[in-house]
Amino acid sequence: MYNFTYHRPATLADAVSLLGSLEDGKALSGGQTLLPTLKQRLASPADLVDLSGVPDLKGVREEAGGLTIGAFTRHADVAGSDVVARVIPALAHLAGGIGDRQVRHMGTLGGSIANADPAADYPAAVVGLGAWVRTDRREIAGDDFFTGMFETALEPGELVTAVHFPKPDAAGYAKFANPASRYAMVGVFIARFGASVRVAVTGAGPFATRVPAMEAALAASFTADAVAGVTVPPDGLNSDLHASAEYRAHLITVMAKRAMEAMR
Amino acid sequence: MASTVTLTVNGTTVTREVEERTLLVHFLRDILHLTGTHIGCDTSQCGACTVHVDGRSVKSCTMLAVQADGSTVTTIEGLAAPDGTLHPMQAAFREHHGLQCGFCTPGMVMSAVDLVRANPTPSETEIREGLEGNICRCTGYHNIVKAVMAGAEAMNGGTLKAAAE
Ligand SMILES: Cc1cc2nc3c(=O)[nH]c(=O)nc-3n(C[C@H](O)[C@H](O)[C@H](O)COP(=O)(O)OP(=O)(O)OC[C@H]3O[C@@H](n4cnc5c(N)ncnc54)[C@H](O)[C@@H]3O)c2cc1C
Ligand code: FES
Ligand code: FES
Repeated sequence: MYNFTYHRPATLADAVSLLGSLEDGKALSGGQTLLPTLKQRLASPADLVDLSGVPDLKGVREEAGGLTIGAFTRHADVAGSDVVARVIPALAHLAGGIGDRQVRHMGTLGGSIANADPAADYPAAVVGLGAWVRTDRREIAGDDFFTGMFETALEPGELVTAVHFPKPDAAGYAKFANPASRYAMVGVFIARFGASVRVAVTGAGPFATRVPAMEAALAASFTADAVAGVTVPPDGLNSDLHASAEYRAHLITVMAKRAMEAMR
Repeated sequence: MASTVTLTVNGTTVTREVEERTLLVHFLRDILHLTGTHIGCDTSQCGACTVHVDGRSVKSCTMLAVQADGSTVTTIEGLAAPDGTLHPMQAAFREHHGLQCGFCTPGMVMSAVDLVRANPTPSETEIREGLEGNICRCTGYHNIVKAVMAGAEAMNGGTLKAAAE
């Protein structure tokens, strides 16, 4: 790893002004993606701004019937939260399936969505629940947040501070985990809000996106059988050593059925 | 750049000057000479480097020493009693042959202790899931799972079950 200068600001304002003034600074959250990248010398920021000292970024609270979760909240704390289990149990289930225990003890919500790995779990919930991503300067709709492979709507130096997840009437998440990394080969998040249904897929394409054909089928009949017949074309899906685009397309239907069976 | 860090490691407070890029695992192994914590990969996947930071299992190869400043760290060397009596989970790994070459073992034991503290009576499935962050190239995991079952019982105050053979 190349050397860098380490900062641990105590307030959000200090973190934002540091990242704004440093020429080549990067935010450090749980470090579970950034540190492996630095170890491989795939990145060499001159400065790291550790967010762990900023109290405003931590914790889960109920807001407007839904949940607001601070960017620095660790995966294990979302998975183990009584509030999350009561308000959006599918989100607790999703967080509890990220990586492994040690990764969940360090990794954070903000780091995961800012990194926007095409195979990450949280993006499915951000899009599937129609969440709002809050930053130090604005609020971004979940549908507009992910813009490409490892790309988001964040501007340079812009920090995610929290994510607000509206409460669905019911939601379910199922993923087919890569057996080595536990990342999603395909993950499907389904949420019902009254008569309307949102279906979001992660792992299959360059970033998490909705599946309108499945949303229409489930709005007509909210059952596992209703998605069983809906197939997604493989065009534009990822094809790599783990799975072909055709295999991933097939998995979308299978995972959508399982997400319906896991509806809670 | 260099920074001063103060940590409590296995009950002893240590203060050292470190380069900021120093990983916690290198701090433990190269500076404190606690070489029980192993390095088995460079992709944050194998778990051989698992230690407890403020009571939670983490991969010490994927945390900076400066991030652990002010924390309490327990390594495999800190598990046994001061008189050398093995921790029940260590004793269970020995009794149930939960290791072959032993390279993954310190990390497996640290993960198993963390798992049982959070879930005192894990099922076989919960043990297998709880150890997803630890890779073993030798055992095929079967005896590791048996050892964790027996270690959990002993940690809950039961006597350590003898191995079948
Ligand atoms: C072995 C292993 C298995 C994993 N398996 C999975 C899995 O199954 N599913 C999954 O989803 N993920 C998985 N991950 C990734 C894990 O969830 C990471 O924790 C996550 O992707 C990054 O979060 P972090 O808090 O660790 O962020 P960091 O690594 O600290 O940061 C990641 C990036 O986000 C930026 N950043 C961090 N915080 C903010 C913020 N608040 N605002 C703006 N930018 C920010 C950083 O500058 C950096 O570029 C795995 C990781 C490992 C090592
Ligand atoms: S050495 Fe830390 S995970 Fe392999
Ligand atoms: S005993 Fe050899 S790697 Fe596990």
